[in-house]
Amino acid sequence: MSETKTRTSTGTIDGVNGNLIRVTFPEAVMQNEVGYAVINNLKLKAEIVRIRGRQCWLQVFEDTAGLKVGDPVEFSGELLSVELGPGLLKSVYDGLQNPLPELAEQCGYFLERGQYIDGLDRTAKWDFTPSVKAGDLVEAGESVGTVPEGMFTHRIMVPFDWRGKFTVKEISAAQTCTVDTVIAKVADSAGELRDIKLYQSWPVKKAITAFDERLRPTENMTTQVRILDTFFPVAKGGTYCIPGPFGAGKTVLQQITSRRADVDIVIVAACGERAGEVVETLREFPELEDPRTGKSLMERTLIICNTSSMPVASREASVYTGVTIAEYYRQMGLNVLMLADSTSRWAQALRELSGRLEEIPGEEAFPAYLETVIANFYERAGLVRLKDGTIGSVTIGGTVSPAGGNFEEPVTQSTLKVVGAFHGLSRERSDQRRYPSIDPLESWSKYPSLVDPEKLDQTRRGLREGRDVEQMMKVVGEEGTAMPDFVMYLKAEFLDEVYLQQDAFHDVDGASSAERQTHVFSIIHQILTTPLTFKTRDNARQEFLRWQQIAKDWNRIPMESPEFKTAEEKLLAAVEACRSTGEEK
Amino acid sequence: MHTLYHGIENIVGNVLMLRAKDVGYGDLAEVSFGDESSLAQVIQLDGEQVYLQIFSGSRGVPTDATVRFLGHGLTVPFSDDLLGRIFDGSGVPRDNRPELDAAPVGVAGPSVNPSQRIIPRKMVRTGIPMIDVFNTLVQSQKLPIFSVAGEPYNPLLARIALQAEVDVIILGGMGLKYDDYLFFRETLEEAGSLSRTVMYVHTAADPTVECLFVPDLCLAVAEKFALENKEVLVLLTDMTNYADAMKEIAITMEKIPSNRGYPGDLYSQLAARYEKAVDFETAGSITILAATTMPGDDVTHPVPDNTGYITEGQFYLRNGRIEPFGSLSRLKQFVNDDTRADHRKIMDRMIQLYAAFRSTEEKRSMGFRMTEYDSKLVKFGGLFEDKLMDLRVTLHLEDALDTCWEILKECFESDECGMPTELIQEFWPKN
Repeated sequence: MSETKTRTSTGTIDGVNGNLIRVTFPEAVMQNEVGYAVINNLKLKAEIVRIRGRQCWLQVFEDTAGLKVGDPVEFSGELLSVELGPGLLKSVYDGLQNPLPELAEQCGYFLERGQYIDGLDRTAKWDFTPSVKAGDLVEAGESVGTVPEGMFTHRIMVPFDWRGKFTVKEISAAQTCTVDTVIAKVADSAGELRDIKLYQSWPVKKAITAFDERLRPTENMTTQVRILDTFFPVAKGGTYCIPGPFGAGKTVLQQITSRRADVDIVIVAACGERAGEVVETLREFPELEDPRTGKSLMERTLIICNTSSMPVASREASVYTGVTIAEYYRQMGLNVLMLADSTSRWAQALRELSGRLEEIPGEEAFPAYLETVIANFYERAGLVRLKDGTIGSVTIGGTVSPAGGNFEEPVTQSTLKVVGAFHGLSRERSDQRRYPSIDPLESWSKYPSLVDPEKLDQTRRGLREGRDVEQMMKVVGEEGTAMPDFVMYLKAEFLDEVYLQQDAFHDVDGASSAERQTHVFSIIHQILTTPLTFKTRDNARQEFLRWQQIAKDWNRIPMESPEFKTAEEKLLAAVEACRSTGEEK
Repeated sequence: MHTLYHGIENIVGNVLMLRAKDVGYGDLAEVSFGDESSLAQVIQLDGEQVYLQIFSGSRGVPTDATVRFLGHGLTVPFSDDLLGRIFDGSGVPRDNRPELDAAPVGVAGPSVNPSQRIIPRKMVRTGIPMIDVFNTLVQSQKLPIFSVAGEPYNPLLARIALQAEVDVIILGGMGLKYDDYLFFRETLEEAGSLSRTVMYVHTAADPTVECLFVPDLCLAVAEKFALENKEVLVLLTDMTNYADAMKEIAITMEKIPSNRGYPGDLYSQLAARYEKAVDFETAGSITILAATTMPGDDVTHPVPDNTGYITEGQFYLRNGRIEPFGSLSRLKQFVNDDTRADHRKIMDRMIQLYAAFRSTEEKRSMGFRMTEYDSKLVKFGGLFEDKLMDLRVTLHLEDALDTCWEILKECFESDECGMPTELIQEFWPKN
């Protein structure tokens, strides 16, 4: 692991099939080694995916048009890696960590192939401050100093793959330097000297494990979406998935989460989805203010963007690039949220490759190892205690785009086995414009909620019973429904309308703080548990519609404003007027 | 200059195999036999074996045909003279006019750098209330029209081609019935819109392979126009035929099928086309509307399903109307904030009420007693269908919004229509 010299060699192309090339190689190569197919002075990046005898197969991360049999392929002797160091935040990368804005400066509107730029700017200056002194013992993952990166203190750490203890021999004084600068020299147990720079490389498909231990995630990660935080919460360091048919609002939900989630850093991996969606994030985030810090949201965001029309092979790499960078910031004691949209596209990239390799297909032609790959990916989330005792976390939220909206398909099923919360979106609800269209009866979460669990259970039960009455009513009609049942139905409807649904585009309603949720939920719970009586069903319906109107207006009033209290009192008074005295029957 | 090859070893489906050297992947070749010749494209290289997909189909191709490699991929001539012209799927004129003498541009070029894209900002007015009000079409948007065979999707596209406020219309027909092709041509000619239109039409009788190139040709040309500051609307019909052509070729090539025989890269292939929709910050834009028939009215069929995930919403055409449920323009919120203050709220509310009307209808059909509120909903539903949903209705957006309020007033009291109070004060019809 410690060898720094790289072994390079050159092979020749023997066949081309889509983005897969077959190459005859003269010397040793390794599985997943990166190679470059050379065409007209352009180098097309590729990765070895299979070796047989003296031939290996590479998936090319670019369009292969024009490649000929006999063209050379240069092997790099390295695995597919990303650069980790200061300057990652605020970046917009493609799946292979090429900064897209810089590419645009070189090539204009279009992504010309064979253009690669260093992931980290080699000219940017950073103010390094050492935190160790000569003679100190350090090990992988421990910091030797820091640089400020925006609002964060970026730790410069001993490369994560170095084994054993190292003695600091030289350490730079505080200085302004670039990522390439050697800021420390350390000696391993054999006395051999190694350099530490501001950045290090890490192979994306390997998890970073330079921490003390993994902990159980319990602390709520507030997203300000009521149905999530109250009903189906996600914990910091946890995993969740959002499967849903197209048009049900997966991406909007992801965007809202990326804005409001109560974490330090958000990494958005747009993987095989529409470019348009990334653009919204790209263009809006620099202008949006992070409510927690008052700075631009972009300061805490990093976007990995491998949209659907970009090469499929780098789509597969993009989620790994994202999660590797997430793990890197976790190593600094930060809470990182990594959003992958959509993991189905990633799985499809695996399927395309598997098909070209003519592997025996599993269910729906997905490769048989799909489940393992998905499980390994989600397992890279977690809450950890680092070697210096601080806590960091990576939370992973992945959307799933099941074929035909059918959750029985392999990607959804493999995902459900390994995540801690399931936010199932329903087409029925989105058709009815009930947003966010998370199905309140089918979804689940294994993490603790913001509100009192007993009240929550009671509310859930009420919702389920109300829905049952609704189903029954479709058969027996309103007149065949007993008044108490009918009220139960109206209560469920009320909960849905004023609490579960939320107008994401409204400044106040769209962002419901934990404090507000706890308060509003207690009021709603109080209303739902109030015994009510009405003269007729029409009368009951009218009353409820009126309360809904009041409650919806209430949702749109800032909590600090005096009208908030007024609306609340108005609502409670209206409900109180219908309280049953217990003497009716 | 280029070496000529004789002797084809295998012919399977529309794929020829011969031995040749120094051939680039994706390059074009000209296959000549007797008086005939056809273009073909390299789709696989395996040592010396070169697999060619022949555009005109392999029928009648002899094993001693002559193959000449052109050393470049598929191109299309481009100049402003394209306007008003009609071509087939391999770019040959269909309108009995001469070939276009213009510089060729590459087809299926690289995708746009996402960081160069901008947030959509302008709506495309179509004069169709179900689109303009409820699911506004936005420049740079890609939207499919999901429908069943037999629904009037082609007439709808033709109407959009006539009414849409854009600079250039590019119409791509794939597996189009000859009658439908004539219908498009005549409709556009009569309305005088042909002069801002370019058509690439593959009819059902043409060779399947040509169908594969229609979207690429359309979009390559659209991209050029857009870079010349034109607002371009690309209309494609029918994308299911396109996917079926891909399926046919993939199966001939013995590729492992994923869902219902479609190749595993169906999503990526469709996405590569749809993602050509773009709004260039310093130039024009491309908007795509694509009719996609759903075999058996099944939206979970792989073609509409994959399409739905790629596009920014969808229109459902059912019973001759654009169905309000399920139809969605995901970009509408970028533009309908600036149209009129009531636009957003009223469109949501109208759909919610219409949904309530549908469930009331269900109740009524099962013979349940109707409440007073139910009869209001029934009245609302009827008015909504006649005044807005009917595809024949042409209304400007602002007039259509007024119509919404009038319908609400006719059916409900102002405090039971569910609109925010401040909007009611501003827009509730006075008399």
